[in-house]
Amino acid sequence: MNKMETMTGAKALMTAMEKEGVKQVFGLPGGANLPMYDEFARCDIRHILVRHEQSAAHMADGFGRVSRKPGVCFATSGPGATNILTGIATAQADSAPMIAVTGQVPVNMIGKDAFQESDIIGMANPVVKYAFQPRTASEVPEVVKKGFFIAESGRPGPVLIDIPKDVQINEEQMTFPDEFKIQGYHPWADPDIVNVEKAIDMLLHAEKPIILAGGGTIISSAFAELQAIAETLMLPVVTTFKGKGAFPETHPLSLGPIGMHGHAEANKMMAEADCVLAIGTRFSDRSVGTFEAFEKRLKIIHMDVDPAEIGKNQTTQIAVIGDVRVNLRVMVKLLLQKAIKKTDETPWLKHVKETKSYWKENLKIHPGEMGAAKILRKLRELLPKESIITTEVGQHQMWASLFYDVIQPGTFFSSTGLGTMGWGFPAAIGAKVAKPDVPVVDIAGDGSFSMTENSLATAVLEDIPVIVFLLNNSTLGMVAQWQRTFYGRRMIGVDQQSCPDYVKLAESYGAQGIRAQSMDELDKAIKTALSSNVATVIDIPIDPEEDVLPFVAPGTSLSDMILPS
Amino acid sequence: MWAILSILVENKPGILFKVTHLFRARNFNIDSISVGTTENPDYSKMTITTYGDEKQIDQIVKQLDKMIDTVKVEHLDEHKTVFRELSIFKIKLSNANDSMEINKLANAYGGKVHDVKKDSIMVELTATPDQIKAFEELAKPFGILDVARTGVAALQRSGV
Repeated sequence: MNKMETMTGAKALMTAMEKEGVKQVFGLPGGANLPMYDEFARCDIRHILVRHEQSAAHMADGFGRVSRKPGVCFATSGPGATNILTGIATAQADSAPMIAVTGQVPVNMIGKDAFQESDIIGMANPVVKYAFQPRTASEVPEVVKKGFFIAESGRPGPVLIDIPKDVQINEEQMTFPDEFKIQGYHPWADPDIVNVEKAIDMLLHAEKPIILAGGGTIISSAFAELQAIAETLMLPVVTTFKGKGAFPETHPLSLGPIGMHGHAEANKMMAEADCVLAIGTRFSDRSVGTFEAFEKRLKIIHMDVDPAEIGKNQTTQIAVIGDVRVNLRVMVKLLLQKAIKKTDETPWLKHVKETKSYWKENLKIHPGEMGAAKILRKLRELLPKESIITTEVGQHQMWASLFYDVIQPGTFFSSTGLGTMGWGFPAAIGAKVAKPDVPVVDIAGDGSFSMTENSLATAVLEDIPVIVFLLNNSTLGMVAQWQRTFYGRRMIGVDQQSCPDYVKLAESYGAQGIRAQSMDELDKAIKTALSSNVATVIDIPIDPEEDVLPFVAPGTSLSDMILPS
Repeated sequence: MWAILSILVENKPGILFKVTHLFRARNFNIDSISVGTTENPDYSKMTITTYGDEKQIDQIVKQLDKMIDTVKVEHLDEHKTVFRELSIFKIKLSNANDSMEINKLANAYGGKVHDVKKDSIMVELTATPDQIKAFEELAKPFGILDVARTGVAALQRSGV
């Protein structure tokens, strides 16, 4: 325990955050958080101003996913706090570490319907990992310490700290604890050697084994372990969409993401497999289709840090609970000890390779010059392998799933759980703050980008040069695709024709706008953006009728793909 | 199956909301709930009864256990647990003999009679939900005017 110091709650907050290593926060001031904002003038934490609190949360989310340390966002009370809820819920759905700090009306005004009062604790509880509301200034240091611990340990998630204004202002004696106890929180488990051994045995006896790597593989940075196991046991690897990039997608054993918009070869092989090593996944309906069909004829080994995920959506034969990297390391060690090394001459692997090869060569893509596949392959060709990609939500996101190969694991991020349109651009800004030395590209659609395009102001004002790779079909493309496919082409509410000229929009914010209408122009635009030190929007008009295919319709199984005709 | 869950939680404002919200959000259902502080004022104990198959009950326990404010979650074995619910029935008295009949019924179930009026009588019954239900069925012909029931409170027997 450190010595006691007298200071305000607001000062204690900044001091505690500095002790947690916070270098920057994303936020927007208001009446109820001004005492905290005043402290930015007297500390070394950089404040990055946003134009809407939702974007502050997405920026903190992007920062957190890349750095694997909680990103911090600030909002005032009432509407400021409710505005960041979407960002908090997005982080919760994708297990991203985040600290959201909101101002609140003074303690004696809580419950009085005061100006800009909202019960943000009550509203946020369902979508946070935990929420605190210190009622005295002296509580602040321990709340911050606990908040960061909860946010980043175990299965990461967002933590809300709602601080009444008088708690920010009051001066009290503070102690900054080094240790604390949270009685009901046990985020770690010992390596599960017994079940890892059983898992190896099951994989060795399976005729058609496969690995399904989920987002938890990325969160725990289990890339090397995953690759070692795949190569030792010669197992094909599919991922969930959130797990995209957990395994190099240029690797011969990689089949890419499964799911509603998964790769044809990945869905086909997943549907044929008889045993799956599922790592860090919650078996989302978007990934596995109908739960009943997925687990039929399939033995499931489920590794996850969250015991509540075991058996939630799928019946599991072997459960390995704990950090997946720790348990995968145990698996690698046991494989080495037992000198197990398989060759690639099994009939299953031959079939996998043939299937992969067939679909790589025969998947029909849009015939036009500016089809999604060609555009995204061009981006891949020109981006350094360490570049970080974020995506918005929609067709472009799924084209990225299909046609943008992640070479370096852990460089691809998307809102996969909540599916939040408008996430990608602010998340890219957060990612760029976390890793300023690598290119950061938001693969966007016009519908999603419109939701948070005002973050261009942040990118320019704060000198954070990210690239928006805007596949512009002037429509809410995925909704339009569903209306074409399932609703008899009754196109309702999807026309985005009145969207702005995105080149002029970018320029009006002081950013760079480039329109690319041919592959030559796209080549030049990407190179220009990469060499530029200002945020750049590359506006790429595409065919509004282009669909994302293959497609597994909702309520069907992975074997029921709709393929390009 | 019917399940009795014993949940030790930190005694903080808002915990009840979090627990009950979890049931709603996860599409589980609460059959009954009772809450009270323990001998240690830092903790409260909730007893929740619910229905579900083995897989669902297992999932409810895991989700409750995952909550940061829950200290301990137990799925109690019905056969190794003492569990009781308090109920109070207000029963209509129509005939002269009704009061005596209801008194007999209350005695048979270990109930206590309160507030005997000309046209109604109240019976307090502390019993298992099954016994309360059985009493209710027998009291129905007299006319049940009102009923109040607590949730189940339960403790596992020692040495099991």
